[in-house]
Amino acid sequence: MSIPADLKYTREHEWIKDNGDGTVTVGITDFAQGELGDIVFVELEPEGSEFSQDDTFGTVEAVKTVSDLYAPVDGEIAEINEALEDEPELVNDDPYGEGWMVKIKLSDPDQLDDLLTADEYEEVIA
Amino acid sequence: MPKKTPFYDLHEKAGAKLVDFAGFEMPVQYAGIKSEHAAVRERVGMFDVSHMGEFYISGPEALDLIQKVTVNDASKLTEGKAQYTCMCYDDGGIVDDLIIYKLFDEAGYIAVVNASNIEKDLNWILDNNSFDAEVKDQSDDTCLLAVQGSKSIETLQKITDLDLSDIGFYSFKMGSLAGMENVVFSATGYTGEKGFELYFDKNHADPEKVWNAIMEAGEEFGIEPCGLGARDTLRLEMGFALYGNDITKDTHPLEARLGWITKFDKGDFIAKEVLQQKKEEGLKRQLVGFTVEGKRNIPRQGYEIQNTDGETIGEVTSGTMSITLGTGIGMGYVAKEYAAEGTDIQIVIRNKTADATVSRPPFIKK
Repeated sequence: MSIPADLKYTREHEWIKDNGDGTVTVGITDFAQGELGDIVFVELEPEGSEFSQDDTFGTVEAVKTVSDLYAPVDGEIAEINEALEDEPELVNDDPYGEGWMVKIKLSDPDQLDDLLTADEYEEVIA
Repeated sequence: MPKKTPFYDLHEKAGAKLVDFAGFEMPVQYAGIKSEHAAVRERVGMFDVSHMGEFYISGPEALDLIQKVTVNDASKLTEGKAQYTCMCYDDGGIVDDLIIYKLFDEAGYIAVVNASNIEKDLNWILDNNSFDAEVKDQSDDTCLLAVQGSKSIETLQKITDLDLSDIGFYSFKMGSLAGMENVVFSATGYTGEKGFELYFDKNHADPEKVWNAIMEAGEEFGIEPCGLGARDTLRLEMGFALYGNDITKDTHPLEARLGWITKFDKGDFIAKEVLQQKKEEGLKRQLVGFTVEGKRNIPRQGYEIQNTDGETIGEVTSGTMSITLGTGIGMGYVAKEYAAEGTDIQIVIRNKTADATVSRPPFIKK
């Protein structure tokens, strides 16, 4: 089970990468993709959508189950991963890389400090 | 603590994701549901379903007991044959669906029941045993492996002394498997493919040896170990009912499309009169299959079914993405007037409606 040390995490099994330019990249963790199993599609709110922390910004549908995606921070969707449209399995194959989901333009960068570290997330799934 | 089947260590070794199911720690998937599903549809796959329950029913009046508690006509069974049937409560609600095997040499019968219902079923049968019949729960001592797929015969033929080609559907033989004697080779399954369910006594088995022998024999055909996830997507493509989803104590066999196993002419059985009355009155609702339009509309258990005017007409009892078709399929109960093949309906999927059509399973053409 991979939990990269340089990322932040949420209890909803999302990872957050600070891009250093006022945006973050968000995806679901290796643990999450393993629990969901084969993912058949990812539905994301369109670019430009605004939301608050914990709002739903999309759904991940696997063969066996469906799961909502929750915004880890306040912000606006700057970019969505178009590749997932045709290849949702990227989320299973490469959850921290090509399987990323959205880039979010931060409203409040301080919120990043409240997210979980890799060690803290490891305890969540232990 | 959940129970473990004799194959538990092998599942762990094979990298299975294990979940608690019906009190057992069972593999839900190994390589992934899609890959396992395809292995069974195209080649061969092996499932550990040792969590299922097995009762031995014997004695001079064993048949009388079975006839009383089940709806199908077990008197039609000859030695070496199996029969799909179900048990009902007094009000017609379903206790469980099961398979009855008639053993050789007048040894009696085996009833194979769902894992989640073992205790309940056993009590129900015992409570109704006013006959000279003995019921023995052998569930904890019985291993069950299902080898399913078009290459299952070629796989198993390598490691048995039986001729598997002449075991007809819903028939069985006893023989050797990987050097172990007294294995029941039953030409049954829950996938819609050719295949065998293999029953043997845990106390005379080396689980690792049997498992590895089958995996080795199937290697040239690309055999894969398969979990409960693929078992569910495979059965749903065939429209086979699952107890707890599509059939429950609140559904009766006639509305569950199990009229074909309900034999009113066999003599008395539990719920016969109630069911006969329901039949005469006409059914109020029926279990139907349906296909959903669009690639992204996957029905799930509990979703609402509507008519095209948006009025509620029922609820989804099982749903998934068909791995073979790549679209949503499901089953559910709808009011009788919407049960005809081809009827346009709607499924409410996360506050949106998706167009769907009533369709008689199987959803894939074989």
